[in-house]
Amino acid sequence: MSTVTLTQLDALESEAVHVMREVAGEFERPVLLFSGGKDSIVMLHLARKAFWPAPVPFALMHVDTGHNFPEVIEYRDRVVAQHGLRLVVASVQDAIDDGRVAERADGSRNPLQTVPLLDGITAHRFDAVFGGGRRDEEKARAKERVFSLRDEFGQWDPRRQRPELWDLYNGRHKPGEHVRVFPLSNWTELDVWRYIEREQIELPSIYYSHQREVFLRDGMWLAPGEWGGPRPTETLQVRTVRYRTVGDMSCTGAVESTASTVPEVIAEVGASRLTERGATRADDRASEAAMEDRKREGYF
Amino acid sequence: MGAATGQLAPTEEIQHVTEHATRDLLRLATAGSVDDGKSTLIGRLLYDTKSVLADQLSAVEAATLARGGGEVDLALLTDGLRAEREQGITIDVAYRYFSTATRAFVLADTPGHVQYTRNMVTGASTAELAIVLVDARKGVLEQTRRHAAITALLRVPHVVLAVNKMDLVDFDEATFRSIAEEFTAYAVSLGIPDVTAVPLSALAGDNVVDRSTRTPWYDGPTLLEHLESVPVGRDALSEPFRFPVQVVIRPRTAEHPDYRGYAGRVASGVVSVGDEITVLPSGKRSTVVGIDTFDGPLTEAHAPQSVTLRLADDVDVARGDVLVPSAAEVEVGTDLVGTVCWLAEKRSVLGARLLVRVGTRTVRALLREVNARLDVDTLTVDVWDGVDTLHLVDATDTSSDIPPRALTLNAIGRVKIRLAEPVVLDEYATHRRTGGFLLVDPADGTTLAAGMIGATLLDRLTPAPSAQDDDDWFAGSGI
Repeated sequence: MSTVTLTQLDALESEAVHVMREVAGEFERPVLLFSGGKDSIVMLHLARKAFWPAPVPFALMHVDTGHNFPEVIEYRDRVVAQHGLRLVVASVQDAIDDGRVAERADGSRNPLQTVPLLDGITAHRFDAVFGGGRRDEEKARAKERVFSLRDEFGQWDPRRQRPELWDLYNGRHKPGEHVRVFPLSNWTELDVWRYIEREQIELPSIYYSHQREVFLRDGMWLAPGEWGGPRPTETLQVRTVRYRTVGDMSCTGAVESTASTVPEVIAEVGASRLTERGATRADDRASEAAMEDRKREGYF
Repeated sequence: MGAATGQLAPTEEIQHVTEHATRDLLRLATAGSVDDGKSTLIGRLLYDTKSVLADQLSAVEAATLARGGGEVDLALLTDGLRAEREQGITIDVAYRYFSTATRAFVLADTPGHVQYTRNMVTGASTAELAIVLVDARKGVLEQTRRHAAITALLRVPHVVLAVNKMDLVDFDEATFRSIAEEFTAYAVSLGIPDVTAVPLSALAGDNVVDRSTRTPWYDGPTLLEHLESVPVGRDALSEPFRFPVQVVIRPRTAEHPDYRGYAGRVASGVVSVGDEITVLPSGKRSTVVGIDTFDGPLTEAHAPQSVTLRLADDVDVARGDVLVPSAAEVEVGTDLVGTVCWLAEKRSVLGARLLVRVGTRTVRALLREVNARLDVDTLTVDVWDGVDTLHLVDATDTSSDIPPRALTLNAIGRVKIRLAEPVVLDEYATHRRTGGFLLVDPADGTTLAAGMIGATLLDRLTPAPSAQDDDDWFAGSGI
């Protein structure tokens, strides 16, 4: 008997490539959500592998809150140019200016991304939308399908999701509906980092340790900005930090860290006692079911 | 934190994790009801492998307090949606992740009661191992037999019987042995090739991760030791090569003006450069001249690698085709006989126009016949002799002397389906990766049923005269 086994990372890579090729084979107008965060960067890397030597056969869409880390925007534009990709920007600022959404009292724009996201999907008639969501991130995501059907309002109904058997993904949908596709469903945060290490994938510099002026709020280090900080009771100080996720600057917290290389980050993540969302996302702390509610409304 | 956590404190330092380049992956499913302690067992596996982090634990503590306090309930770690917590139910398959130094695990957590068939079939379809839970005080119940039967139907190769709540029977050896023997005999009768029984207490942690001092009579592995050691590799040389084509790669760039490759994942077996292959269903032959990946060419590829194949000849190959070895005899046809598990609220209708999805191919189809149904409570098969075919019976006939010969949600039945175009008809019994199919409603895309081509457990359980012979239908290598 000649037993052959793929390593875990090879198995996860092969599965993600298979999912992306299924989408290319079954859908007319796929798009890849690209935030400049590590999960979307890994997705793009997998897409380049899946269709090589052909170019990536779909566009990228960035839902732009307007509160961006400059390092991330620089990275985004460089990668788009380097690989000859098409970038669609769905702007929260435009949606505010048009009156489609209203700025929140707390200044956070993370929850405002849903409207421009859905408007962008409708305007460009995208029928499959790749997201970097992973089932290990949060309890509501543990039941997410790889192919997740959304109605014309972009809503996710857990009771309407199709059972997924073997590797037979059913992407059929009615006009106006679309399918969110999560090729990284079975990856954990550590898997993503190990893959970044193995594949030597470049990330925006904010993922690694640097000096930054920050203030403490609710146990998280936030960067200052016109969106609401620091308040009079909060004081700015320079700390050695890095980010574990990339999101809206107003609610994405930095963690104190001296990890400046991928192996150091892996060691740190492996030893961490907080999940990345718990450590760095103010909006997920609002209530235990916060993510479930946002998913129903059509969030990523 | 409540009293239970006193026993739960991690005993080891968290392992740093940079050395896992050779770690592999095991997909498993759990079957059992809340009463068996399934959620607690999964919570225990997550907790003891350090897969539960501080914020998840504090969320569970908060949820426990909100429900009136008491001991921190590990089961809450796996209850996903608010709707479920409010109603105290689990509505669907949830996926959990944990890992050790040598292996990563993807666990499909399937609820034991509502819609158990649909959910368990879904979870078992990709699992290489199933954990069936029983309560040591109750022993093998009807539902235990059901879980074993679905595991056998989906041909999950490894089964673990977790005899839980051993603390409530004073870790009595005779109790464990009796349950293990009864279950093993039953599982063997269903054709399950590998059964391991472990006495444990999920609540207290005995024999889950750490060896219990309270079962000195047990010298087998702990649950996690077994999960870490069960083989996940496949016998690639004995499996037939199958390659369902997903997309045709044609860059038409200055660098690759004439490149034409067929992208897909090796479903089973091995392919090497120089192999003679046949494209099905067309039957055109060619030779593999290249196995390409982003990271460079390969001389051979095995399941489940994703690669791109180049062929010597400019034959017509498209998405939905299957590449197979030219030397092999492979059945291709338009008459599909198999077993389906009905997954939709909408019942089956004879003569309905459907879509069949098999491999990467979707073809139009007609449901011609439903001629047997497996009763999962009694594990007996009701055979509906040939009268209930499309031509003889009106699907809307509800007269009382004709059994309701339709498949409803969670029913398992034998069907005959006519396909509009020929497809590769690999028997599920020997081709677990290519012998499965979906029935899809063309009107709204609903997945109506999941099916297995050819003879299955249902045929094995069918009484004479149509009973199958005693050939070991589970002996095939398809995993």
